[in-house]
Amino acid sequence: MSSTCSVSPDILQLDAPRETERILAGIRDLVFHQLKRKGAVIGVSGGIDSTVVAYLCAQALGKERVVVLFTPEADSSPDSLRLGRMVADALGVRSFVEDISPILKGARAYERRDAAIRSVVPEYAEGCKSKIVLPNLIDADRYAIFSIVVQSPAGETRKVRLSLDAYLGIVAATNCKQRARKVIEYYYADLYQYAVAGTPNRLEYDQGFFVKNGDGAADFKPIAHLYKSQVYQLAAYLGVPEEIQRRPSTTDTYSLEQSQEEFYFAIPLAKMDLCLYGKNNNIAAADLVPAAGLDAKQVQRVYEMIDAKRAVARYLRSAPLLIEEVKGI
Amino acid sequence: MSGARAIAQQIREFIIENFLYGQQRELKDDDSFLGEGIVDSTGVLQLVTFLEETYGITVDDEDLTPENLDSIGSVTAYVCRKTNVAAGTVSMDHEGVGRQA
Repeated sequence: MSSTCSVSPDILQLDAPRETERILAGIRDLVFHQLKRKGAVIGVSGGIDSTVVAYLCAQALGKERVVVLFTPEADSSPDSLRLGRMVADALGVRSFVEDISPILKGARAYERRDAAIRSVVPEYAEGCKSKIVLPNLIDADRYAIFSIVVQSPAGETRKVRLSLDAYLGIVAATNCKQRARKVIEYYYADLYQYAVAGTPNRLEYDQGFFVKNGDGAADFKPIAHLYKSQVYQLAAYLGVPEEIQRRPSTTDTYSLEQSQEEFYFAIPLAKMDLCLYGKNNNIAAADLVPAAGLDAKQVQRVYEMIDAKRAVARYLRSAPLLIEEVKGI
Repeated sequence: MSGARAIAQQIREFIIENFLYGQQRELKDDDSFLGEGIVDSTGVLQLVTFLEETYGITVDDEDLTPENLDSIGSVTAYVCRKTNVAAGTVSMDHEGVGRQA
């Protein structure tokens, strides 16, 4: 650890106009020159990341070269489609609604997920809602193990720690959602000879908060270098609708609303952002205390969590591995 | 083989079989599972499921700590406590260290 002074809370402040210009030039180069595609397809969820990517692509490539997709399914929040349409209208880009529920039913994704849930909550039945959650362990030196929260139609909730088989069964079935979306995105990419834009921010890209060959699959990822708080800064600069800027981060994957904090990061995203910055810049835990609003032990715990998630994320980011280099291509 | 040593041996075999894929490597009783990159967060869940099914114990949320679950020695001591097996011989010689697949 090399730092000897405290870090300012403003450390992630961007020069938004300059960064925007840099990304716009980068998108044009990636799409037109490196990928040699005529435009971009973006799946827009009404969240901050996909919205910012849509705004950037529309500015970089021209609104006539952008297609925005909405891919709701049975568990989606109606807000996602409403806010997605708001984005398409504001940008004046072509948009298509593709309900992916029939694909998921065909793949028996809901059925498989429900069977996995019933293995730990036998009374889980039609009309129940569910989500999987991690404990907030910022103050406890414990392993984070997922639980499932089930809400009955009457509104009663029950939380049960997951067995390995139940956890893997739920995740494997639910990951079909992100992969089905990608099938549709590449349909439009093939149809128009466009490139698919991925929408992860740095926190997600670094920590593996994506589904391999699902939302992790894309031809370019124009905000993967930006911390979440920097994405918000660009959103404000680009004039993203206020409602989207204020919308809490959600996975919109489970039938009960699930924040990204309870699914993956275990602490609020702004604190996680600062800890990731601190980790990346070899800042001693003690020096991050004032900016992050955590004590040194908590920061150290997050640093360890970042390392653990990075180790898992390597597989997620890995391209197919070969026995030997294939020459001549 | 004493109760504690038998438990330690079972845990060693479980780790080698499920996380080292039978690779021959030295695995000391106090090697950190997470620190050495042997077990990830899903692996902890797998380990917990194994302990509950094999020893008929319930691993409570507050027991999900590195102190209890991060090495062969700590897991053995934890299982001994939960099953009331004397843990006096947990510190083993390296019988079973590594294993040819």
